[in-house]
Amino acid sequence: MSAITAPPTKGLVEIHNVHKAYGGVEVLSGIDLTIAPGEVVAILGPSGSGKSTLLRTINHLESVDRGSVTVDGQLIGYQQRGDKLYELREKEILKRRTQIGIVFQNFNLFPHLTALENVTEAPIDLGLLSKDAARELAQALLERVGLSDKAGHYPRQLSGGQQQRVAIARALALSPKVLLFDEPTSALDPELVGEVLDVIRDLARSGTTLIIVTHEIGFAREVADRVVFIDGGVVLEQGPPEIVLTHPEHPRTREFLAKVLA
Amino acid sequence: MTTTTTAPVAVADPAPAGAWNTPDPDRVDLGSVRVVHTRHWFRWTLSAILLFAIAQFAWSLFTNENYEWDVFAAYFFSEPVLIGIGYTLALTAVSASIGFILGTVLALGRLSKSVLLNSISWAYIWFFRSVPLVVQIIVWYNLGYLYPTLGLGTPFTTDFWIVEFPTVQLISAFAAAILGLGLHQAAYSAEIIRGGLISVDQGQQEAAAALGIPARKRLFRIILPQAMRSIIPNATNEVIGLVKGASVVFVIAIPELFYAVQVIYNRNSRVIPLLLVAVVWYTVITTILSIAQYYIERYYSRGSVRTLPPTPPQRFRQWAGAQWSRLGDDAAKAPPVVHGIPPLPIRADAGIDANEETR
Repeated sequence: MSAITAPPTKGLVEIHNVHKAYGGVEVLSGIDLTIAPGEVVAILGPSGSGKSTLLRTINHLESVDRGSVTVDGQLIGYQQRGDKLYELREKEILKRRTQIGIVFQNFNLFPHLTALENVTEAPIDLGLLSKDAARELAQALLERVGLSDKAGHYPRQLSGGQQQRVAIARALALSPKVLLFDEPTSALDPELVGEVLDVIRDLARSGTTLIIVTHEIGFAREVADRVVFIDGGVVLEQGPPEIVLTHPEHPRTREFLAKVLA
Repeated sequence: MTTTTTAPVAVADPAPAGAWNTPDPDRVDLGSVRVVHTRHWFRWTLSAILLFAIAQFAWSLFTNENYEWDVFAAYFFSEPVLIGIGYTLALTAVSASIGFILGTVLALGRLSKSVLLNSISWAYIWFFRSVPLVVQIIVWYNLGYLYPTLGLGTPFTTDFWIVEFPTVQLISAFAAAILGLGLHQAAYSAEIIRGGLISVDQGQQEAAAALGIPARKRLFRIILPQAMRSIIPNATNEVIGLVKGASVVFVIAIPELFYAVQVIYNRNSRVIPLLLVAVVWYTVITTILSIAQYYIERYYSRGSVRTLPPTPPQRFRQWAGAQWSRLGDDAAKAPPVVHGIPPLPIRADAGIDANEETR
């Protein structure tokens, strides 16, 4: 799948025995998952199965009650010393978080900033790039997602598909090792889904680790190296898409696929 | 349409295929008939009565000698009045600044996860919204009765061995007024700012945090600029309220605008014209603040609407441009005016200009 000769070495995600409950209701009940550098993983599962929560624990937007999530061996929200985990100061969490980009279902673009400013905001605020360098980078990223002519537009002047592509460019501005997609096409009109999937397809070949929560089964089959099926807060089944999606072993996977593909 | 009989679908008859667009002689072409609008009799009658009342009042302004416009004119730019305006504006500016800065801190305290900071902010707001402003100002002015001296020294004693000041010297009348107005204002501003901050979608905070943007920048670059849209109208209300509210400091004899005219009319008994002096000045200040509000709101609405509507001066220029371009043309060619808002001028340069500014 990858056109790059040297295999990517950065972006290893290890999820170990992760538990998470909201007000007594357990959403994640011991998830174990290892995602190799540069791997493209699609996470499928019915609504409320905990897929989005799992995704959000990876960049510590949600804390975990038990277990651990590491990226390249580094814990995101905590520091381990001996047998204790110390919660990190916010500044340190923010720094580690920049290695992990996320694209939200509802885009969450900053409406008071133009498309270009949305992309330049984080690199400038974090002091990573000068204003000019950030603008140059943003212009290049907008071109990569096919929106170089929309740099001066505000998000509300763009279509949903265009907004999501700006959101992807914004996430790419910090050159993350891991990119998370939380149902990136669920809020889009059907005719706009394709343009966003095209951009993600392009990223899948770039060597960045991609973890995609999606309902687009056809897309998962085409672009993912591995499909993970989650239900009831646990991994029910995983494997190459051609196997999991065509010959699912677990009855609940079969039931879900029958509903989604109907 | 309803008069046409439906033919069986299968019949291939060339004649009815084109029949649908043959004009029916009985039908009226709706494009060419005159439209008679609804007559709003009640609205017209009420408008006429109101216009009459306004005209009657305007007439009395000129003819009723009790207004004593000559006295009004004599005092409008008089020195004590101008000094009074200076005091009013200074009190407003300083206490509004204290109010909004302290108010922002209190609002953040109320939104803090720390129970202690949250409770202290809540208690501050509760207390300063409870105590009447006049009472507070008088207490600050007379603080010397409670604490004769203020200073730094050993905690929990009155042994101020580092520095010590007599309270009366430390808190002048102006300082008491500023303290009272500023602390009072902070309590109200805090709730306005908090309301603005919580009106911004949670996803914004989350997206900024996911990008690793530090907390301070998240607040000042992402959340506050969006919150400003709902903060500005209420904040302007507060500032305008403060301009007039500052008149309560007359209780500690600060010669602000209202106190100044009181002093003059107590001396010469020209009560009405002098009150009018104050009223007109307050109106002028409020007008300036309202215009400022319009432009500040417009600035913060960037991105919240697809295209900003033109400002009144821009609209006037467009209208004037349209009128100008009509000059010399025959009336029939003039562009139609829709709902009183003239269309963009025909001149190409003016059109581009208007588009540029609405960006």
